[in-house]
Amino acid sequence: MTPDPNSRPRLAPGCRLGENNNQRVLLMPERALRLNGPSLEIVERCDGKHTVGQIVADLQKIYSKAASEKVEQDILGYLALLHDQRALDFDL
Amino acid sequence: MTFTLPNPLALIAELTHRCPLHCVYCSNPLEMQSRANELPTEVWSRVFKEAAEAGVLQADFTGGEPLARTDIVDLIRAARAAGLYVNLITSGLPMEEAKLAALVEAGLDHIQLSFQGTRENTANEISGTKSHAHKLRVLEWVKRHRIALTLNFVIHRRNIDQLEEMVALAESSSATRIEFANVQYYGWAFANRENLLPTRQQVNDSVEFIKREQERLQGKIRIEFVVPDYYAKYPKPCMGGWGRKLLLITPSGDALPCHAAQVIPGLLFENVKDRSLREIWEHSAAFQKFRGEDWMQEPCRTCDRREQDFGGCRCQALLLAGDASATDPVCSLSPLHPKIDVILNEMSTAPPGQVVLKPAWLYRPNPV
Repeated sequence: MTPDPNSRPRLAPGCRLGENNNQRVLLMPERALRLNGPSLEIVERCDGKHTVGQIVADLQKIYSKAASEKVEQDILGYLALLHDQRALDFDL
Repeated sequence: MTFTLPNPLALIAELTHRCPLHCVYCSNPLEMQSRANELPTEVWSRVFKEAAEAGVLQADFTGGEPLARTDIVDLIRAARAAGLYVNLITSGLPMEEAKLAALVEAGLDHIQLSFQGTRENTANEISGTKSHAHKLRVLEWVKRHRIALTLNFVIHRRNIDQLEEMVALAESSSATRIEFANVQYYGWAFANRENLLPTRQQVNDSVEFIKREQERLQGKIRIEFVVPDYYAKYPKPCMGGWGRKLLLITPSGDALPCHAAQVIPGLLFENVKDRSLREIWEHSAAFQKFRGEDWMQEPCRTCDRREQDFGGCRCQALLLAGDASATDPVCSLSPLHPKIDVILNEMSTAPPGQVVLKPAWLYRPNPV
């Protein structure tokens, strides 16, 4: 799937941010993902309030040295991956 | 080769061996712990803290039936307070709606609800109880209280033809995940193997069906599939490797690298009442025994796959080869693999659809 830029991603039921020994993690049923740098910036914004478009714009600002199309592509790919893992739902 | 010890990621907390169900494939040991030997609330609470400090992210509450513990709400609260993700692996008995609300309020993250099938008669036969109808009620409460849900189906010869109905049940519920776990043959399941092993045709059909459904439900329901390893070409990387990712605490506090480890003779298990979880993880002789590669025999020792499957399952090697250090005989490269073919050929001669008499099941009893 390709996330709609106007949709608002939020963590799916049973998924939440956690922390262990100063490492932020995305906790999910039977699995967990370590979050660092951009992945943490993205997941922190999956709160049902930010739109996909806003997340892209925010990260393009934070990572202004990277090519903005590349940042957008990476974010859309990461959101789709989390969606396929049933970690995200998208509100329209 | 040197072995760098990783942190444990998940703690399997076997809170009790007591259970209202008597499933013929139960993963509990044949010799179960009584209620009198169960760890008290305070010790479990300390174990959860020690686990989080050692790097554990998730606590899987299991049993027996974890709801048989009268302090289940306190245990969930303690594990959450320690920073763990709390997963309740349950049969749904004994559960009432108010109880579920209390579990959610205490911080329960996720429920894994087991079904023995989709048809009341076979489900009740396998569990040795009238439990199926109540599970369907639990399913409604779970939806109402918006708690994340996985449906777990243990698959075998007598229900493998119900996969389509199982998926439909999941789609009608609030589940975001289905676990189809083929029976693993240890303990009670080993004793009932001849009536549980599916045929090769059944396995092949199920693999194709699940592949199709995984595609169809992508982004809606995640389907996990545990293959029946007697039919696999290579063995499963049991527990993600011995003492690499998981540790299990028995109801009385023994720390084990896997559910069935007590069948291996000569292993000494440390108890959480005597030592901290980190000490046990790092130094317990039982955890050290099959870490790294030094213990491996041929063909594992020089096999390209040794870092993928770690030689398979140690307990299965003991059960089928009589030697816990041997290559898991379900591996097609094992010199003892012909033994598996003999078992499977014997199975496939009895057509599954023509079982008229109820098999002579060995039911798991309830400890006092």
